[in-house]
Amino acid sequence: MEGSTAVAVEGTIREEVEDVVVRFAGDSGDGIQITGSQFTLTTALAGNDLSTFPDFPAEIRAPQGTTFGVSAFQIHFGSREIRTAGDAPDVLVALNPAALKVNLTDLNKGGLIIVDTGTFTDRNLKKAGYEDNPLENGSLDDFRTIAVNITKNTLEAVKDLGLSQKEAVRCKNMYALGLVYWLYGREREPTVHWLNEKFSKRPEIAISNIAAVNAGHAFGETTEASGETSVYKVAPAKIEPGLYRTITGIEAVAYGLAAGVQKAGLRMTFAGYPITPASGVLHTLSKLKQFDIVTFQAEDEIAAVCAALGGSYAGTLGVTASSGPGIALKTEAIGLAISVELPLVIVNAQRAGPSTGLPTKTEQSDLYQAVYGRNADAPLVVIAARSPADNFDVAIEATRLATKYMTPVMLLTDGYLANASEPWKLPDVDAIPDFPVKFPSDTEGFSPSHRDAKTLARNWPVPGTPGLEHRIGGIEKSYKSGNLSYEAANHQKMTDVRKAKIDGIAEDIPNQKVTRGDAKGDVVVVGWGSTFGPITRAVQKVQADGHKVSHIHIRYIWPLPKNLGSLLKKFKKVIVAEMNTGQLITVLRSEYLINAQGLNKTSGQPFKVSEVEEAIRESLRK
Amino acid sequence: MNVATHPEKLTVKDYASDQEVRWCPGCGDYSIVRAMQKALADIQAPLEKTAFISGIGCASRFPYYMATYGFHTIHGRAASIATGTKLANPDLDIWVISGDGDALSIGGNHLMHVLRRNVDLQYILFNNEIYGLTKGQYSPTSKVGTRSPSTPQGSIDSPLSATEFALGCGARFVARGIDTLPKHLPEVFKRAHAHKGASFVEVFQNCIVYNDGAYDHFTAKDVAADHQILVEHKKPLIFGADRDQGIRMRPGRIELEVVTISENGVTEADILVHDETNKSLATLLAHMESPAFPVAIGVLYCDPAETYEAAVHAQVDAEKKAHPKPDLNELLRSGPTWTIE
Repeated sequence: MEGSTAVAVEGTIREEVEDVVVRFAGDSGDGIQITGSQFTLTTALAGNDLSTFPDFPAEIRAPQGTTFGVSAFQIHFGSREIRTAGDAPDVLVALNPAALKVNLTDLNKGGLIIVDTGTFTDRNLKKAGYEDNPLENGSLDDFRTIAVNITKNTLEAVKDLGLSQKEAVRCKNMYALGLVYWLYGREREPTVHWLNEKFSKRPEIAISNIAAVNAGHAFGETTEASGETSVYKVAPAKIEPGLYRTITGIEAVAYGLAAGVQKAGLRMTFAGYPITPASGVLHTLSKLKQFDIVTFQAEDEIAAVCAALGGSYAGTLGVTASSGPGIALKTEAIGLAISVELPLVIVNAQRAGPSTGLPTKTEQSDLYQAVYGRNADAPLVVIAARSPADNFDVAIEATRLATKYMTPVMLLTDGYLANASEPWKLPDVDAIPDFPVKFPSDTEGFSPSHRDAKTLARNWPVPGTPGLEHRIGGIEKSYKSGNLSYEAANHQKMTDVRKAKIDGIAEDIPNQKVTRGDAKGDVVVVGWGSTFGPITRAVQKVQADGHKVSHIHIRYIWPLPKNLGSLLKKFKKVIVAEMNTGQLITVLRSEYLINAQGLNKTSGQPFKVSEVEEAIRESLRK
Repeated sequence: MNVATHPEKLTVKDYASDQEVRWCPGCGDYSIVRAMQKALADIQAPLEKTAFISGIGCASRFPYYMATYGFHTIHGRAASIATGTKLANPDLDIWVISGDGDALSIGGNHLMHVLRRNVDLQYILFNNEIYGLTKGQYSPTSKVGTRSPSTPQGSIDSPLSATEFALGCGARFVARGIDTLPKHLPEVFKRAHAHKGASFVEVFQNCIVYNDGAYDHFTAKDVAADHQILVEHKKPLIFGADRDQGIRMRPGRIELEVVTISENGVTEADILVHDETNKSLATLLAHMESPAFPVAIGVLYCDPAETYEAAVHAQVDAEKKAHPKPDLNELLRSGPTWTIE
């Protein structure tokens, strides 16, 4: 919270705050992610700007009560523009001792802790690694605490409603939600509606969960009457007028791809293989068959990219999605797509690595893999999304570039962007310009290697077209005829044209703009991907002190915007902030011979605003 | 505009491309490509609707020599690319061309899945029991003891039976042909083509450079009649130069035996009649090895089932019917929304 005043709303004294960070935490089976997404929805409906950060373990159901089984969902909301999920929580909801243990160190001093005392048994305390009860030994004295037996109160609220004991206990996340709704004066109706829809076939579950929400809320009201706890108001943010919804990055990728193929006038062949955190693209698209989208769960990552490429060969747009380890397996087929010059969209939801790494944690460490990670000279297009909703626009752009230039396009998103959600001003899909694909049909002078003089894109003759029968393959092809050619000068020419085609795309993408601040100054922080939020907020804060600091966010990783080099040279210092050991910075140094400094983090967690801010101030001091 | 380039009736020559064939002189692949061109001419396969998709290896150069559409892909992955192509356009008639290394070593996984899914395509495996294009290493079908650049003391791992593998994967059409049977092989290809679903054909193919004569023990002219049996649906399993050898179930055992008709009281009535819809019989026939048994050639198994791409598109069509005129704007607005004034 950065500022507060007291206001009276409907007879209740509510302390007005500008922005708040709430973290829900519990066992991975406690329904924390659902609790978080419900709070997100009602917060969005209340008109706040917001950003979320779901953080869960790789295990589906880790042993109950353990610290490594803790699942968390953080939401940052406010009456001002919210760009990040927040550095440190103001409120921590801990549904068991392990959740308290893992998350307490992050909590702001003076922050509010809501704990379920019903779970603070000797056994659970021991499992969490507590020697004695933190609720009793004074270790929470720096914080405010609402200690309530959520488990017991929930069981009382839902008794006689027809649930088993196990099902009844599972309602306690809704009790906690009701309590937090009371804390921030939220409407319960959207959650009631959602519960009724979700459990329409088991109304007793819906009724019980609603009873739990109401009981949690009622508990808050009782506490309030006793004057023990303050309640808050977060005024609606000044947000651009329009129709909004919340969207996760994975949904935005899928919808963007669906919109992209529509704009290209194509059908989509999507082939994927389950992998965290990319599987959601397959799940979402498999529900969109009415849009003439074929989805295929392949036997492995290689088969997935190959089936997608086979789809492109047949005149649909082949799309595949994976994460770093899966992309590694797809590499040879991506090389084939480059060689035969067929369009292909490859979504990489990056995660922490190498190898299996931390599957549910985020990182930006596949930039080298995307830009350089193939055998031989094999350039392709790389673009990156900056926020959950931005995935929609980037996915459309990926389909545009893939089909216009007959090339694979790698769309980089990451685990954080995939799972996080934000309010999204709904675009009018009909108003997005079309980029229709034209397939050749004229046999007169036909060659499979015919190129557009301007884009250098090969034409796309599709099997089934009479008279255009031809052969393509991964062996080097004659520039003129498309037939096999082992000729030395031809290979030089083909290598050159493959490079020139991708380089030329720099003419077809927007010039790099300064995202925040002036086009010259003392320090510029350069970022890409999901670091957008913390960087822009940090730059804003340092600017507020009168410093000449700017933020440049790069969407087009390869080819880079053609004015980027000259733009960067207008700043005395360049900081490149990325969640890797320094990958974009290597590309920028190599392309522009600039003396950039890296700000790097690979903890599996997004940058904090304060970390970026500190790096900028340090750079200004030097 | 489209120009009609096809004459009234396509001849064998019309299926050959203008590219110079680059297989070794005497390679069995020459007769396979001719058999394919003959089969396509016999069925008058439309050039524009036919696509050959191959992996890597000598066999996989095949598409370059056909006048149809062709895609020479990467090692082992032709089946996966073909699956995507068929899903994208079920009207295409797809032939996958592969070899024993391409199909059973690097591409074994994809072969397994294309067969069990029953994608409607023809998968032709040229089995020469050797890696040719990489100069003669032993392959997953090489006999134990094969001396090669990578196994100078002889190979030690057991070979795989391509046909038994296909049956195990759930293939609904499994057949065998031989490169040196120019009349029989086109007929096998035509049967494979007529079958709706994944059709698997193993072609015993001689590599004249690295594994010459690997199949002589049952393909050489002087021994062929006694060491191979051309199976035909509903015909008794009789073979031999004198047509006096037959296959029957060994009494009291689930195994086959070779018997001589008119000896020891055996009559033609004792001989098994081939039933290509019987998977158990197909499995027993596929398992017969020379010299104890004749090698079974022809259609061992054919029992059609719904194809994968048909089922996929049935789901797509059902969704399109349930949601006519789908609108992305509507989809994006289908959940909870709110308006900021």
